Amino acid sequence: MSELLHVSSSPHIRSKATTSNIMLLVLIALLPATCFGIYLNGPYAAAIIAVSMIAAVGTEYLYEKLMHKKITVTDGSAAVTGLLLALNLPVSVPIWIPLIGSVFAILIVKQLFGGLGQNFMNPALAARCFLLISFASHMNDFSTNSWSANKIVDTVSGATPLAELKAGGTPLLTSMFAGTIKGTIGETSAAALLLGGIFLVVMKIIDLRIPLTYIGTFTVFYILFGGHGLDPYYIGAELCGGGLMLGAWFMATDYVTRPITRKGQYVYGIILGLLTGLFRIFGMSAEGVSYAIIFSNLLVPIIERCTRPSGFGINPQKGGKQA
Amino acid sequence: MKNLTFHGGIHPDDHKIISKDQPIKAVHAGEKMYYSVSQHIGAPAKPIVAKGDHVCRGQMIAEAGGFVSAPVYATVSGTVEGIVKKRMPAGNYADCIAVANDGAMEETPYETASIDDLTKEQIISRISAAGVVGMGGAGFPTHVKLSPREPEKIEYILVNGAECEPYLTSDYRRMLETPEKIVQGLQVIHKVFPAAKCYICIEDNKPDCIAMMQEKCKDADGIEVKILRTKYPQGAERMLIYAVTGRKVNSRMLPADVGCIVDNIDTVVAICQAVLYGEPLMNRIITVTGNGAAVPGNYYVPIGMLMSEVIEHVGGIKGQPEKIIAGGPMMGNAMFSLDIPVTKTSSAILILSRDEVSQMEPTACMNCGRCVQACPGGILPTRVADFADHGDEAQFLAFQGMECCECGCCSYVCPAKRHLTQSIRSMRKILLAKRKKG
Repeated sequence: MSELLHVSSSPHIRSKATTSNIMLLVLIALLPATCFGIYLNGPYAAAIIAVSMIAAVGTEYLYEKLMHKKITVTDGSAAVTGLLLALNLPVSVPIWIPLIGSVFAILIVKQLFGGLGQNFMNPALAARCFLLISFASHMNDFSTNSWSANKIVDTVSGATPLAELKAGGTPLLTSMFAGTIKGTIGETSAAALLLGGIFLVVMKIIDLRIPLTYIGTFTVFYILFGGHGLDPYYIGAELCGGGLMLGAWFMATDYVTRPITRKGQYVYGIILGLLTGLFRIFGMSAEGVSYAIIFSNLLVPIIERCTRPSGFGINPQKGGKQA
Repeated sequence: MKNLTFHGGIHPDDHKIISKDQPIKAVHAGEKMYYSVSQHIGAPAKPIVAKGDHVCRGQMIAEAGGFVSAPVYATVSGTVEGIVKKRMPAGNYADCIAVANDGAMEETPYETASIDDLTKEQIISRISAAGVVGMGGAGFPTHVKLSPREPEKIEYILVNGAECEPYLTSDYRRMLETPEKIVQGLQVIHKVFPAAKCYICIEDNKPDCIAMMQEKCKDADGIEVKILRTKYPQGAERMLIYAVTGRKVNSRMLPADVGCIVDNIDTVVAICQAVLYGEPLMNRIITVTGNGAAVPGNYYVPIGMLMSEVIEHVGGIKGQPEKIIAGGPMMGNAMFSLDIPVTKTSSAILILSRDEVSQMEPTACMNCGRCVQACPGGILPTRVADFADHGDEAQFLAFQGMECCECGCCSYVCPAKRHLTQSIRSMRKILLAKRKKG
């Protein structure tokens, strides 16, 4: 009998959380926004989402197969990347856009840097920015299609609410919150995204540190420099529009590309808020969440270095005993 | 008042229900007993008996091998069969004095004493002579702990009744069944450090123990019960000190450096036995539990008995066990043989079947930060484990890898199922050995 006993290093019990069930919960959290996107934009949006997800998972599978690596597509991280990318695309894009985007996200941004956990930039956002630069006309085309035309009250042709706001228009706040506005497939409904965000917090997948410091800092920055003071209409519009909710709850909280230290997460949230504010108020474009996040991703190593915890009972500043 | 706690930690299922209501039962000694000479931290004890000698229960068979050492006593009467090498729970071999039990249980007389007649020095020498060591797991000789460099600076004496490891219930039974001895033992320590405050620290998942100890401490001067929030590893010395006093002890400090002395519940009982009744440390309570234990319970086991005999005596194993662990599931050692004697520091025999033990392939870290949240040592386990895996000693030290207390929280929470604790522990061992040498 004794030969049959297993020996391993402690601890001998493990929690039930696994990478794949965390990714599954993230997918579930994105469901409200995804469903709303399909409801608003029609079956073509569903096709974009499907192509993007299949391309992401397929690229990961093929790469790992060809490189003779362990196939890890079942962990669900590629599916999440695919979905996030699709939610960041306008519905009017040709079907090859999500395909190229997903291949770029998985192959260039994720796998070439070492796969899950090694990429220094959020793959979905990096791909979005790549597409924005390479195919600007497609990526900035927010015109309604036959399906969404009767759901969205179109005021300025082809412009997102924030662009409209910047140009002096006054989009309806309630439709911005509900999501019946122009924008990318997944970013329009602040309500659906908030629901997903709350779900993630309740399931303890993310905590409130990054989303709240991000949104909080942005709000303060906007009040100070936005030119509209404390006007709740403008603040509300800025918070609901331009993918801030999608970014703050789902992209900025991406495990791989945010600081791991507690203090670092606050710093990261603040930087995100400042950059988003800066880009929106002083930049050319009305949005800026994507660029703020991928730029902040690059700062993560520095943030982590500066905010590394000192260890329990070690406090060099206060002259604690270390010798 | 809010219950005391620390930062980080985890809440694993405690499984204490399996054995918590089983009263302590005595187990009769086996036919062959093996007394390890290294049941404590410090120099091994030196055997003072030879092959063929007759020994009585309670007779010293190995004397302390130095100041940081502890003597070993026979727990049966019988004949010494020589010194053999036996495996210890950690997998290493140790010299053991083998004694064939003659079943007569001849016992040496013990010299009782009254606490009022003893001086501090006498108390410590009685503790030292009885071979009392920390019974929570580390096995630090208690008389050394009670002889700090600056005794007048000791402000707190903490009795660790947290018992935060899942499954274990021996301290729980101790507190319910012999609370007087805990109080008496604590009074003995209090006599050594009269200026210190004495706290019995218990997690709030044991309300009956809290009530019991509060009742018993009512009339005891200077002794109080402190209620801790239930969270693993609340019973880790450094976390306990922080929770109760707000003071922080790092890996290079001793509790005495912040004016604290921490003793386990069972150790305090052993102190009481040693000082007041003159009895050496000969038995300890072992929780035999897990879903592979046929009759789970709390057993009063003579030290030196083989684990296999203990299990046999208490009803054996049910089904096919996957792992048998000496100690709790978070920090205990998995054993590949049961031909291992019980020592002063064995707290439990945990028999786990396959479904209780997780075996999962480690996958890539996705930087989720759960280990950072859980780490009571305030380090970044995932980074530190990477440095350990790469053999990068400089970075390991720079990231305060030595502050790891090997509690296992990081591995427990890791969704990628990485063996973080194992990696960090291996590197710590290497560096601790170097620290000693240098």
